[in-house]
Parts: sequence; C-alpha cells; structure tokens
Amino acid sequence: MNSTNHDPGAAFGNDPIFRMRGVTREYRVGDNVIHALRGIDLDLHSGELVVFLGASGSGKSTLLNILGGLDSATSGSVRYHDLELCGAGDAALTDFRRRHVGFVFQFYNLIPSLTARENVAIVTEIATNPMPPEQALAMVDLGARADHFPAQLSGGEQQRVAIARAIAKQPAVLLCDEPTGALDSLTGIKVLKALEHVNEKLGTTTAIITHNEAIAAMGDRVVRLSDGRISDVSDNAKRANPETLSW
Amino acid sequence: MRALNRKLLRDLWNLRAQAIAIALVIAGGVATWVISLSTIESLQTSQRMFYQNYRFADVFASLERAPRSTMAPIEQIPGVRAAEGRIRTSATLTVSGFDEPVEALVTSVPESGRGELNRLYLNAGRLPQPGSDVQVVISEAFAEAHDLATGDTVAGIIRGRATRLVITGIGLSPEFVYQIRPGSLFPDHTRYAAIWMHRQSLEQAAGMEGAFNDVVLQLERGANGAAVIERLDSILERYGGTGAFGRDDHTSHSYLSEEMEQLEAMAWIVPLIFLGVAAFLLNIVVHRMVRMQRDQIAILKAFGYRNGAIGLHFTGLVLLIVLLGALPGIALGGWLGHGLASIYREFFRFPELYFHVGPAVIASAAGVTTAAALAGTWRALWQAFRLMPAEAMRPEQPGRFHRSLAERLPLVRRMDQPSRMIVRNLERQPVKAVLAITGIALAAAILVTGRFQQDTIDFMLDVQFGFAAREDLTVTFTEPTGRRALHELQSLSGVIRSEPYRAVAVELVHGHRSHKSAIQAFAADAMLHRTLDADLDPISLPASGLLLTDWLANRLNVKPGQRLEVRVLEGNRRTTEIQVAGIVREFVGASGYMRLDTLNRVLFEADSISGAFLMTETDQRRILFEQLKTRPRVATSSLRENAIASFTRTMGENIRIFSLINTLLAGVVAFGVIYNTARLALSERARELASLRVLGFRKGEIAWVLLGELVLLTLVAIPLGLWIGHGFCNLIGHAMASEFYRVPAIVHGDSYAFATLVVVVAMLISMLAIGRRIARLDLVEVLKTRE
Ligand SMILES: Nc1ncnc2c1ncn2[C@@H]1O[C@H](COP(=O)(O)OP(=O)(O)O)[C@@H](O)[C@H]1O
Ligand SMILES: [Mg+2]
Repeated sequence: MNSTNHDPGAAFGNDPIFRMRGVTREYRVGDNVIHALRGIDLDLHSGELVVFLGASGSGKSTLLNILGGLDSATSGSVRYHDLELCGAGDAALTDFRRRHVGFVFQFYNLIPSLTARENVAIVTEIATNPMPPEQALAMVDLGARADHFPAQLSGGEQQRVAIARAIAKQPAVLLCDEPTGALDSLTGIKVLKALEHVNEKLGTTTAIITHNEAIAAMGDRVVRLSDGRISDVSDNAKRANPETLSW
Repeated sequence: MRALNRKLLRDLWNLRAQAIAIALVIAGGVATWVISLSTIESLQTSQRMFYQNYRFADVFASLERAPRSTMAPIEQIPGVRAAEGRIRTSATLTVSGFDEPVEALVTSVPESGRGELNRLYLNAGRLPQPGSDVQVVISEAFAEAHDLATGDTVAGIIRGRATRLVITGIGLSPEFVYQIRPGSLFPDHTRYAAIWMHRQSLEQAAGMEGAFNDVVLQLERGANGAAVIERLDSILERYGGTGAFGRDDHTSHSYLSEEMEQLEAMAWIVPLIFLGVAAFLLNIVVHRMVRMQRDQIAILKAFGYRNGAIGLHFTGLVLLIVLLGALPGIALGGWLGHGLASIYREFFRFPELYFHVGPAVIASAAGVTTAAALAGTWRALWQAFRLMPAEAMRPEQPGRFHRSLAERLPLVRRMDQPSRMIVRNLERQPVKAVLAITGIALAAAILVTGRFQQDTIDFMLDVQFGFAAREDLTVTFTEPTGRRALHELQSLSGVIRSEPYRAVAVELVHGHRSHKSAIQAFAADAMLHRTLDADLDPISLPASGLLLTDWLANRLNVKPGQRLEVRVLEGNRRTTEIQVAGIVREFVGASGYMRLDTLNRVLFEADSISGAFLMTETDQRRILFEQLKTRPRVATSSLRENAIASFTRTMGENIRIFSLINTLLAGVVAFGVIYNTARLALSERARELASLRVLGFRKGEIAWVLLGELVLLTLVAIPLGLWIGHGFCNLIGHAMASEFYRVPAIVHGDSYAFATLVVVVAMLISMLAIGRRIARLDLVEVLKTRE
C-alpha cells in the first residue's frame, strides 16, 4: 500500500499543514538500536480529524511527538507549513509548540496544585490568541467545575479539563495520545465527543492516537501503523458520531 | 497572579513543614553570620572613632623621672607629630563599704585641661582642677562596679601618703578600652581602676614637681615607628626609660585587636555549618520535588514553556525558602548582635558602641545563603531545566531492588520483613543515608561546640586558680625590693606562708625575631604558686637557664639548648644571654620562667623580689588588708577568690544566654534534618506502606519500617557528631590561640551527654510528628495516586 499517493478527502484544502517525508526515528539503548519509525510519508490537512491506529509499541506516540515538536526525527523531513521541524533546535521547537500545538495525553497530566481554571490559564497566559479559560471549560461542558482541583474530578472530567487546556489557546493542531486509554467506555465516549465538538466548532486539525479499533469510525481518515510503518490509510465516507461507538 | 506563580506558592504550602524546618536552619546560619560580622564591624567602627576623636597615641614609654625640659628634644624627633610628658603612678584606693584594697593607675591630665593625646571622654562631671582638695576623674567601669558618682570621695594612698580624692567626673580613655591589670587573665573592674588627676595635684602627690615619668607620642602619617622608638629610647635611657613600644604592645589595644582577630577567624565557622546543613536539606527536598513533578514539567514544556522559565520556577521556590529563613535570620541576628554588643560594652569601654546591621552585612548574608542554597540544589534545578518532555512522559522505570549485601549477615537474615525493608532501603540509597547522618551529626557537633566555651573557661579557672595559683593573696611592691620585705610580710598577723616572686619586663631576642614579654621567677621550693604544663603537672624550674612557653618559643623560633638574648627593660637595663633550658605547654600567658636565685644572679641584683604570694588565715584577712594598705611599698594586694567570683558573675549570665540560643539553634538543625529525612521517606514510600496496611500490617508495624530507619540513622550520627564537635572545638581553639591564652579543646562528659539528649529529643519529636501522619495515612487516596 502506497500512502504517499493517497488523495486526502476533498473537503480539505490541497495544501497540507503537515508534510512528513521519509521520517525515521531510532533510539539507542545501550548497544541496541530500536527503530521506532522506519520511514513515514504522510500529509495532514487543515481541519481534518485523523485517527492513528496501531498496536502498542508500533510507534504511534513517537510519530505524534515528532509532529508536535516534542521529539525530533532521526532522518527525513517534517514540515509544518513552511517550517522544517526536523533538525530544528530546542528553542524553535518550544516556540512552535507554544504557538501552534495543543496536546492531550493518556494520563491527563493536569497540575494537581492548580484548579481546572488555573490549569487552563497556565497555557493561555503564554498564548498569543487564547480564549478565556471559562469558555474553554464550557466547551467541554465543565464550566461549573472551574474551581475544582484535579483530585476532586473524575478521570473523565480531568481529561476534559486537559482538552480545554489544549484548545484554549486555539491551536492549529490538537494532538491526542490515547485520550481514552485510562477511561471506561462511557466516559471515553464523552471525551471523544468533546474532541469532535472542538474539531467541528473551531476547525482544529486533530490527531487522535488509539489502539482501540472502535474509535477509528469517528475520524475523517484512519492511519494504521505497525512496526514503525504506515500499513494502511483509509477514508471514512462519513464520520461516525462518537455516541454510536461502543467497546 | 500568574498560574505558574500560584503553583509555586501552593507547592511551597504543601511543603510547609519541611520548608519551615529548612528556613529555621537558614535563619540560624544567617543570624550567626549577621551577629559575627556586625559585631566585628561595630567594634572596628567604635574603636576607629574613639581612637580618632580622642587621639589615641602611637608610641608609649615610661621612665623613672625626667625634667620637663626633656620634652623638647623628644618633640624634635623626626616623625613625631605630638608628644606629651605626663605622670603616671599606682595608688591604692579604699572605697567605703568594700573591704579589699583597689589598685589604681593614676594618670595626669595637663593643666590646659584636656590632654592633647589620649583625651578623656567624660560621661559625667568635669575635668579635675588643681586645688586644696584633690579632684579626680574615675573610669566608668570602676564607677559602675562600686556605684560611685560625681561628688563621692574615695580614700587613696599614693606613694605612701593618704589622700582624700573627690570625684569630679566619670570618663573613658582610648588607653583603657580594655581595662585589665597587666598580667591578669580577666578584667576585674571592682579591684582595678584607672583614674585621672590634674597634673599639679599629681606632681605634689607623687613628688614629681617639674618632672614626668611617662611619654606618649603621636606620629606623622607614614612615619617610621621603629626609628622613632629607637630615638626615644636613646633619649630616655639616662632617665630610666623602660623601653618605648607601639600600639601592638599596648595592653588595651592588643587585647582588643586579639579579640577582633578571634572574632574574624571564627566568624564563618558556625554560619557555614548551618548553611551547609540547609543546603543539604534543600538538596533532598528539591530533588524529590523535581522528580515528583517530572510529568508536570513535561506538560508545561509541551505547551511551550521554555527551559529557562521552568528552571526559574524551581529556583524561585528555593529562593522563597531562602527568603523565609533569611528575613527572620537577619532580624534575629540584629537583635542578638545588639545583645552581644552590650555584653562587649561590659569589657570594651567605648563612648558609644556603634552597632548597626549595615547593608554590606545584609548583602553578604543574602549572598552566602543564596550561594549555599543554589550549591545544594543546582543539580536538581539543572535536571528540571534539561528535562525532555517526550522522555518524561514515558513512565519511570521502577527502582531496582536486590537482596542487599547486609542480608547475607545472619543477624539480618533472621529479621522480620519490615526490618529487612529498612536495611534494604538504607542500602539502596547510601548517599542519602550518609547525608542524613552527616546532617544530624553536625547538629550534635554544634551543640558540643556551643558548650565548649563554658567548659573551657571552667577548665581554665580550675587550672589557674585550682592548681597553679593557690595563694590567697598576691602582694606586689611598687618597685623591686630586697628579701627583707618578705620577712616583714611573713611577720604580719594572719600570714601562714609567704613565697617571693620576681617579674621582670624583658625583650627576648633570637636572631632577627624578638618579643616583649616577662620573665617570672619563683623560689625553688614554691608550693603556692606553681607553673603547670599541659598535663597540669607542676614544672620544676631548672637550676640554670630559662623555661619558655611553647607559644613564645614558636614565635622566637628557638629550641631547648639554644641561647636567647635577654634585654631587661627596667632597672639596670642589662642585656645578657640565657640558655633555653626547656619548653612548657601552657594555656595561659606567654612568658619565661626561671628560678628566683638564678634570675637574681644573672641580673646581678642580689636578692631582689617584686612581690609575694601569701597564704592567710581567713578570719584575719580584714586586719591584714588594713596593714597592707598603709605600707608605702605595697602597690597592690589581690584576693584570689574574689577575682574568680567577679569573673564568673560577669561572664556567667552572658554565657548562659548565648549557650541557650546556641542550643535552640542546634536543636532546630537536629529537628530539621531528622524531620525532613523522615518526612521525605514517608512521602516516597507512602504507597509501599499503604500496601502493607492493605495486606493487614498494623499501624505500629508499618511505622517501624519508617521510624526504625530514623532511629538507626540517629544512633549512627550521634557518636560521629560528638567526635566532629570535638574537632570543631580544636579548630576554634587554634583560631583563638593568642599570646594571652591558648584554649585547650576541653569538653566535659556532661556536654556530650547534653548534645546527645538534645538530638534524641529532636528525634522523638520528629517521630511523633511523622507517627501522626502515618496514623492518618489514607489508604484509598495513596493507592489511587499514580507515582
Ligand atoms: N525514549 C525511548 N527510548 C528507547 N526506546 C523508546 C523510547 N521511546 C519509545 N521507544 C520505543 O520505540 C517504540 C515505539 O514506541 P511508542 O511510539 O511509544 O509506541 P506506541 O505509542 O505505539 O505504543 C517502542 O518499541 C518503544 O519501546
Ligand atoms: Mg503510546
């Protein structure tokens, strides 16, 4: 299967916001070299919601981290619009993340000593064009819990705060690494709804990583990874409403 | 407020118990730093101001008698800016209501009023005028000791003549900042006074009309002091000059300089211990914090916070704790320093003690504290700075445990599981265990060091008055006298035994090194007053030659068997050579010792003696004093017990206050280290402990896992701390060694016991506090949190 020839959905513009070519990532552990990514070619288009599917250890997180500027490719090219991320320095990558990227992680990673509102504010304070923290929390249906500390929230609620934190700065891309990984299916669906809502409302390009096949249906596109390579890319004719999903 | 700052404050709040413990230790370090530096500064300023404004002389000389016309050639010596010839003599005073005689040094004040040099500062009253009644200004310390005021009178005997002295003023002189009888160990303001009389009055009283017997000079800036002294000596030689000397050999000045040097040498020792401990505590707290917050740091960086911002964030936390300690530390230091300054005022008499905590002192305190805190935490801060977010998001690998080496020991193999956990944990984190032990040991060491001063003074008093000087009464003659005077003393009622002594002011010269000192000579069969070596054994004086104190031998670089040139600075001013027969280690003073007959022979002075030591019958003393006071040739007589009592009275209270403060500070250090160690262990191992609880272990059993470790660390630390403390005492002793005394590192068993007790109490308090937390350990909460 040749992924480079893939024609993205017509709904999205032809100019990709991310363009990955021949991306590899190797980790050196002692004398061993682990090939986490073995040559990835992929474009992401503005506004689309892509689901990355793959078994544990297939390289999903590595790919997402490289896209988000948390990590650098060993070789190849990763372009965000005209900005080459591969080989960029730490300061440039920090700046890139600050301006364009929102992250959601499996374990929410909220700051326990800050309230929900403050967890959002800590990001909006350094952003150029943020929305008010309250508005971000309202978008994930948590307006009423703004003054609660993470320890006072359930897992699903914490993850929605994390989503609010990620979108409040109105990033160009939202990168979610196993956002439902630590949640039961009912709560997970709530979180996915929040993500879909944001994608629709703000048009944020969204990448969701999961090892859960059921989630694939909610994406515009599904990218499958195995052993550091893209094994398949498929379009969904119609995105499924997260509420119809079950696992 | 920015959310990041809010996080910082809340982190600090969560750490509050530890932060306060650390802040207290920092406060101790800052306080001792501020105390030392500002005390030094205040003494220096006060000294400089007093010397400048009241024109403290540069060169001093005394002589037998010279006509006033001799002042002309002295004024002509190149380099001399001002010269003053004056009269100085000793007197015996009787203060009503006080049985014992008081020795006084009387100095003339020129008729123009205030002298050019060594001018008097008057606290009260006015300068003495000539007239029918003899007016005097008395020294402030003496006035305070006897509650004397202007208008009061004292009876004086000057050169054998009884004179009624009317006090017209109370004052201070730059010559008597430290007012001590030459050769005494401690000042005794009750029995030693400085007084000033109008020149005319003193001329009459001392039979010195138209003459002087003492010269002081002020030099031009950049003048060659040694050359001036040489010229002055040659002028005064024929008038019985005893050798001019500079400020370095001036009693008051040299004591004051000595004291300041000691303060400077010690200024950094104690603060450094405190700050070292604080740095260590900050190290473990911040290290753990950065590790615990790995994922928080990662998320902040993922969202675009820069490395610098994160580094600053944690640095800010460290600096906040520093501030939390430094501010009260500076306040406490200022307050205690003020207290110490007023104690110094008891010994060093300045018109005003300029005490203030200057910006330089505060800046240096803030500087060293910050430096210590950053030195302790830079690795943790660097880790936070460097942390790679992608890396940090990956879960940390679990700590690797293995069966420990100690577990091979049969003793450990028989232990139950919880005890085995203690051993394993200690072995897994050896560095932390070693640091904790060091911290606790340092606390014990500070405690030992704090008690050292008291112990040492006790010891020196014991040695000096218990073994060495066992006489009840010391009698000093106005000038060397024949042996017949001894028989007269012996025949006074109440005298059981009398022993002669001779003290000669000399300059000892060896090669190009020389030192002004004294040779003391005692009878071969002396029993009352003996010289002791460092083992407190009486030294038997050699039949020929001179024994030297080790300090002096070092100074002169001379060994037994070598010969010294001895220049006598009084009487016939003979220069001779004497062989060094041996060297003695002594704690107090620095002089040469000889047998009386040998010294007399070497100096060709028949059977001269300077005074006598008396053993007396207690109930006859009063009468004896009366008899002694009227003897023209008796200059002073001092009673031993009273000297000790007066010293312990002045010093005792102050030392008690300071040792209490020291104990509190050291207690804080001990508590800070022990509590922090335990608190950290608790938070690091809460999950483990909770798991044990879930498995059915009782609270007491899991408490043992944590507290047992604490007990073990403390038990190892205590003996180590006592040993380090003894080392510190040695160090301080070395720093304090001077011509006046070399402090032996004496620590009583009591003090070791006390240090141990304080550390154990600190341990128990920490255990109690931690025990309460263990009892309240919320199992569900602990197991729910991800670590
Ligand atoms: N920092 C690292 N050091 C060493 N190996 C790593 C590191 N990060 C990821 N890997 C390895 O790279 C491979 C891909 O990891 P990852 O991208 O996390 O997989 P996934 O997210 O799909 O589970 C795995 O074999 C993993 O062990
Ligand atoms: Mg992953």
